Amino acid sequence: MRGWPLIKLLPQKTNFHFVKYARFAGVLSVVLCIAAIVSCFYPGLNMGIDFRGGASMEVSKPAGQVIELDRVREAVNGLNLGDVQVQGIARRDTNADDGSTAILRFQVPEGRDQTQVVNQVEGAISQAVGEVTYSGVSVVGSKVSGELFTSGLLALGVAIGLMFLYIWFRFEPQFGFGAVVGLLHDVILTFGLIVLFKLEFSLNMVAAVLTVIGYSMNDTVVVFDRLRENLRKYKTMPLRDVIDLSLNETLSRTIITGVTAVMVLAALAIFGGEALFGFSIALMFGIIIGTYSSIYVGAPIILLWGVKRGALADDAKPVKLGMASRP
Amino acid sequence: MIQLSRWKVILVVVAAVFGCLLAFPNLLSDSQRAALPGFVPKNKLNLGLDLQGGSYLLLEVDVPAMREKRVTNLIEDVRVTLSGAGIATNGFQREAGGVIATLANPAQSDAAFKALQQLGGQAGPGGQVERTASRIGDNRVRFAYTDAALNGMGATAVDQSIEVVRRRIDSLGTREPSITRQGTDRIVVQAPGESDPTKLEEVIGQTAQLTFQMVDVENSVTEAQAGRVPPDSELLVGEDGTPYLVKKRVLVSGENLTRAGVGSDQSGRPAIDFRFDGAGARRFGEATAANLQKPFAIILDGKVISAPTIQSAITSGSGQITGQFSIQEAATLVNLLNGGALPAPLNVEERRTVTAELGADAVQAGALSTAVGFGIIVLFMILAYGFLFGGVSVVGLVLNGVLIVAAMSLTQATLTLPGIAGLILTFAVAVDANVLIYERMRDEARSGRSVIASMDAGFNKAMGTIIDANLTTLVAAGIMFVFGEGPVRGFAWTLTIGVFTSVFSSVLVAQVLLGYWLKTAKPKKLPIAE
Repeated sequence: MRGWPLIKLLPQKTNFHFVKYARFAGVLSVVLCIAAIVSCFYPGLNMGIDFRGGASMEVSKPAGQVIELDRVREAVNGLNLGDVQVQGIARRDTNADDGSTAILRFQVPEGRDQTQVVNQVEGAISQAVGEVTYSGVSVVGSKVSGELFTSGLLALGVAIGLMFLYIWFRFEPQFGFGAVVGLLHDVILTFGLIVLFKLEFSLNMVAAVLTVIGYSMNDTVVVFDRLRENLRKYKTMPLRDVIDLSLNETLSRTIITGVTAVMVLAALAIFGGEALFGFSIALMFGIIIGTYSSIYVGAPIILLWGVKRGALADDAKPVKLGMASRP
Repeated sequence: MIQLSRWKVILVVVAAVFGCLLAFPNLLSDSQRAALPGFVPKNKLNLGLDLQGGSYLLLEVDVPAMREKRVTNLIEDVRVTLSGAGIATNGFQREAGGVIATLANPAQSDAAFKALQQLGGQAGPGGQVERTASRIGDNRVRFAYTDAALNGMGATAVDQSIEVVRRRIDSLGTREPSITRQGTDRIVVQAPGESDPTKLEEVIGQTAQLTFQMVDVENSVTEAQAGRVPPDSELLVGEDGTPYLVKKRVLVSGENLTRAGVGSDQSGRPAIDFRFDGAGARRFGEATAANLQKPFAIILDGKVISAPTIQSAITSGSGQITGQFSIQEAATLVNLLNGGALPAPLNVEERRTVTAELGADAVQAGALSTAVGFGIIVLFMILAYGFLFGGVSVVGLVLNGVLIVAAMSLTQATLTLPGIAGLILTFAVAVDANVLIYERMRDEARSGRSVIASMDAGFNKAMGTIIDANLTTLVAAGIMFVFGEGPVRGFAWTLTIGVFTSVFSSVLVAQVLLGYWLKTAKPKKLPIAE
């Protein structure tokens, strides 16, 4: 039976000249990265209370009733708390945006007691719009938020550093540079997307970016593994052709895994509710970017740098992990 | 490698059996689980606070404030000791850990030093001398906490605070609270379920520092209100706002309390009965005997509750606090007093509350998206690789899911909302191992190898890549675990467990099942190749 299973429809042998367009892709990537970095400062990341400190409260009324956002805003603004954000969100139980649930974010002014301020806000809201339930309340002090931010950035830095070391150890320094440039590219662009979509940058978002790092490395390693294998197999083939060949050979896997991951994350974004929405969107785009970068950033960087072919074939045998031995 | 080896079959079967056994309790209700015989594992998934609802409080022990207070008490001790010994002073100079007293008459320097040495000779709660006296020049004496005592105060205070917080939360009847130390001066309180966070915070936030101090009757309250507070007194307010001028020196404090209970005063209003320990009873007896017909103040957390006049020396060690209490207030206060005072104020640095309903909604959303995600992967794999190869990865995926639930139940790792996301992503990445293997097989088949050879090569050659790829995920998870907090850690843990179970189930299950297929069907052609 032709065409079943469907994988047979995917051409076994593709001949895309990826490297030919690498220059164009490189320029595009550089431009996008610069735009993303600039956007992180202007307009800047939408910092959640995890990193900025302050309070967030989720208020809801029974389904069918409406919380008047204007009145909430007005009531809370009267408390002199500075910038207060009030935003309607979808109901948690039905996932329907019927105006019965809202989220409030505000800063606790320096020197005022958190608990007291939260109580005041609760009082003001009840007065303005009547009985409401407070389903989720988070208050983060400025000291803790600063620490969380530092440790979040540190985690990202350490992750990239360790990945570099890992690739260096398993492959060649050139491969390591290629992988790290690819990683930086992915992280920067993911941040750019977080800014573009105005997603809240929270602790969960750091987890998302770290996962993007893990996935992007995963993708890069698969391509690099094949590249190393082909470099040994075709000792005289020009480097750019070996890269093209390796990318083509791993293309079907790249597409299948990427599509699976993206579909699953889309399901998460749609059904996971408010709390996981930003997280899954960031992951989804991160994975798309990661897939792109392992084709157009990681491998072409190696071309730019060059590889000592002889050395690779003879001296630098890959480290044996003892798992791939034949019986 | 593709040949069916016995140990692989046994390993897969054993893992599947144990996995099912460990994951099984999650399907039961609580009463059904309780009825299970003792040798059967009973643990369910341990849901994080974001999924089951509850409160998270990060408290910081205000050690500097406690030190300040201790030093204030020390200064008052010095003041009373020196004046008791008939030594006149020209002034007190406060410093970080103690005080320097300037004597009016340098000739009394020896006497002052001796008196203070005696004061310092009394061992503190730690059983060691905490305060020492020294002479500076002719006419000054210094009395201060030793460096060891000052440094030790923080650690002791945090330990004591944890104990006190635990007793107080237990008195609320909160289910399984977790109270742990974080860093040097922080405490994390996690109370699951429907506990009222405001009540929790109220109970934890109150220092419950009970002190008995004399009322300063020699100076006028109005003078003090105008800003002229005598150096050895302080201006406090009562519950109803009445100002009181009170001597700073603490006669007896809540630390000497052995038991408090709700009682009633002569007119039948709620009051608090208390009893002192031996040292407290002696000190209280001496103080009351020396101050007959003078008022003293009973102070709780800086507020005067009542200021009765001493009618007779109270040597029995028991007494009653009357005030404007409701029954509830009296009961709460009794609980706090019995739980002990916090050695230092606790500041709430971070607070997260999720109601049980919100948690249940999150579980529902998580379960729905897991189911949909799982369905998508199953559908996709079967469409892409057919019922045999696709089906094999689906079997691996199911076993993977069971093993993850089993491992999380066994280790009681916390499953959080991002953890559920990690779980779904793990499924997607688990399939990646199968895809890598199958694509390799297709490659090998295309280059003209036999079915058995290409399958063998597929497993062998893909293995290195699979390990490389999963190690990178492990590294990322490890970093999240080290640097992350709460929910992020849950995510990292789920990811880590997932890496191990997914490599195991996608590779080994595929080897066993496809090996069996190879043996029985003796195929001429690889179904996934052209």
